[in-house]
Amino acid sequence: MGAIEIIFYLFSAILIGSALSVVTVGNPIYAVLFLVLSFFSAACIWLLMHAEFLAIVLVLVYVGAVMVLFLFVVMMLDVNVNPLKEGFARYLPVGLLVAFAMALQMFLVIWTRGLESMPMPEPKPDDYSHTTELGMLLYTKYLYAFEVAAVILLVAIIAAIALTHRQRPGTRKQDPARQVQVKRSDRVRMVKMQSEGEEN
Amino acid sequence: MTVAELQLALPEIFVLTMACVVLLADLFISQDRRGLTHLLAVLTLVFAAILTLRVMLPPGEVLYAFSDTFVRDRFGDVLKVFAYIILAGVFVYAKHYLRQFNLFKGEFYTLSLFALLGVMVMISASNMITVYLGLELLALSTYALVALDRDSRFGSEAAMKYFILGSLASGLLLYGMSLIYGATGSLNLADVSAALGGGAGDSMLLTFGLVFVVIGIAFKLGAVPFHMWVPDVYHGAPLAIALFISSVPKLAGLALAIRLLDNGLIGLHGDWQGMLVVLAALSLVLGNVVAIAQTNIKRMLAYSTISHMGFMMLGILAGTPEGYAAAMFYAIAYAIMSAGAFAVIILISNGDREADQLEDFKGLAKRNPWHAFLMMMILFSLAGVPVFLGFFAKWQVIAAAIGAGFTGLAVLAVVMAVIGAFYYLRVVKLMYFDEPEHESAITAPVDFRAVLTINGVAVLALGIFSGGLITLCVSAFV
Repeated sequence: MGAIEIIFYLFSAILIGSALSVVTVGNPIYAVLFLVLSFFSAACIWLLMHAEFLAIVLVLVYVGAVMVLFLFVVMMLDVNVNPLKEGFARYLPVGLLVAFAMALQMFLVIWTRGLESMPMPEPKPDDYSHTTELGMLLYTKYLYAFEVAAVILLVAIIAAIALTHRQRPGTRKQDPARQVQVKRSDRVRMVKMQSEGEEN
Repeated sequence: MTVAELQLALPEIFVLTMACVVLLADLFISQDRRGLTHLLAVLTLVFAAILTLRVMLPPGEVLYAFSDTFVRDRFGDVLKVFAYIILAGVFVYAKHYLRQFNLFKGEFYTLSLFALLGVMVMISASNMITVYLGLELLALSTYALVALDRDSRFGSEAAMKYFILGSLASGLLLYGMSLIYGATGSLNLADVSAALGGGAGDSMLLTFGLVFVVIGIAFKLGAVPFHMWVPDVYHGAPLAIALFISSVPKLAGLALAIRLLDNGLIGLHGDWQGMLVVLAALSLVLGNVVAIAQTNIKRMLAYSTISHMGFMMLGILAGTPEGYAAAMFYAIAYAIMSAGAFAVIILISNGDREADQLEDFKGLAKRNPWHAFLMMMILFSLAGVPVFLGFFAKWQVIAAAIGAGFTGLAVLAVVMAVIGAFYYLRVVKLMYFDEPEHESAITAPVDFRAVLTINGVAVLALGIFSGGLITLCVSAFV
């Protein structure tokens, strides 16, 4: 067993272990962190297959952005996890069925094609970069499509703002211009009163 | 990429730039001078039309750009020019409505211009990726437009339905495209067509892919049985948005069908023809029959759209240049008529509520004879009464269906057109033979009245002199 196999089995074990933990741990924060770990292990397996761009994107986008967002949501919403854990026995048969179907599908694909039909990719020369190749393709052949996709993102931003940014009556909002103009007399009222201690 | 390639896409680049300019300029325009945004948007359309017409290609010439993802041909040019003209009309109609209902915001113009860009990308697509991206650009903009009136419960509900069903349809279309890619090895429509001509591809995979693509197209056109979203969206959306959805995107729907089915999958014509026959027949029957039962005129026009899309498919399913020209003529005619019909509803609405009930049309002839007359012409045209535009449109597609050997379907279309005439003529009866329920005068700004008059007269004039428009459509498919 060579170094590559050792690395593969190591990260696969971590991946499977952390994926199992995502669904079994009680604390949702731990679940999100285990999901981060499983994404990271998956990224390392991508690296083994010389797909360094995918590996980096997986870490940057999923771990760096999506999961952090997830963490925010989990922390901000006080999710009561106990009701979610109910009915484990009731849902178990369905879960097993889905797991069995997926395992069967994977088995059929590998069994009909054979593992030999999916060899390890040949290592590319050292100066070869997936990122450069993808960039070349995106900015030459698919330039037009790339630009249209960018416009779609712009529309998404405009639409999101147009639909959420509005002034409803009765909502409390800050007006910084008025806040900085406030004077002491607007906030503090001096009251003359007799001191309590000296009376008796 | 060369300068020549960029020049081919000049209208698209211009519309994109101006959409961004409108977006930014609108920030600095105060609410009482919002008319400037409107003016800027209309000017954008005028100059886009000039840019498109400046290098209008002669019939038969096809130019590709950006590694064959963009195509410029006469079909696209003609369709784009009509999209500009109709959208300019929509802007004028919408301004009056948006003012009355406190929706006069810059976002309407920005999102509409981006939707137009999506329509243009779809019209000029020669690659399945570009088709899909154009479709998504149009769809995302319209989802947001439908929800523009945030205080309307119906608007939000309609937007939600539209979004979910629309995303589902996009997903199906994308799935079909990926299967076709798997079978033919190319996303480029010309290459797909060549591969199919060479007998390449797993026929099972191709058939599955084709089914998904046709379902996606039918969803976007609103053909039965994929029409569920149409009545709810027309009903729930603000009138100005329903006006927009019922006009310009129909041209894009036609382009979507022609680009995918003809430019890409003509090798499978025998397969998709059968599917379109079923879709067209169901749309014709259900659209016309259910429209009779409607008391809300927006819903009635929605079912009328479904039936009109059935008519349009009669032309597409023929699979011949004549058939496509007929379908193109139908799409343009329908967009013009539909814009006019919605404009009259806007005209009789006032700031309190939309006049979307049939009763609101009672005695319109007494309250406002000229506009009632215009509405009558538009309704006659939608029904397909001779000498009006709609008659020649129906004639063309039915002739195309007969030419393709579908006499039974053509007979069904004629019968359904007669049944459909009932609900259009019912509105005419309400306008001319019923007493008005209230006497208040109907007023509209002068630009609104001018465009509505042009629109109504165009329905008659383009009908009497339909030869010019027909020649233009035929020249697109040489």
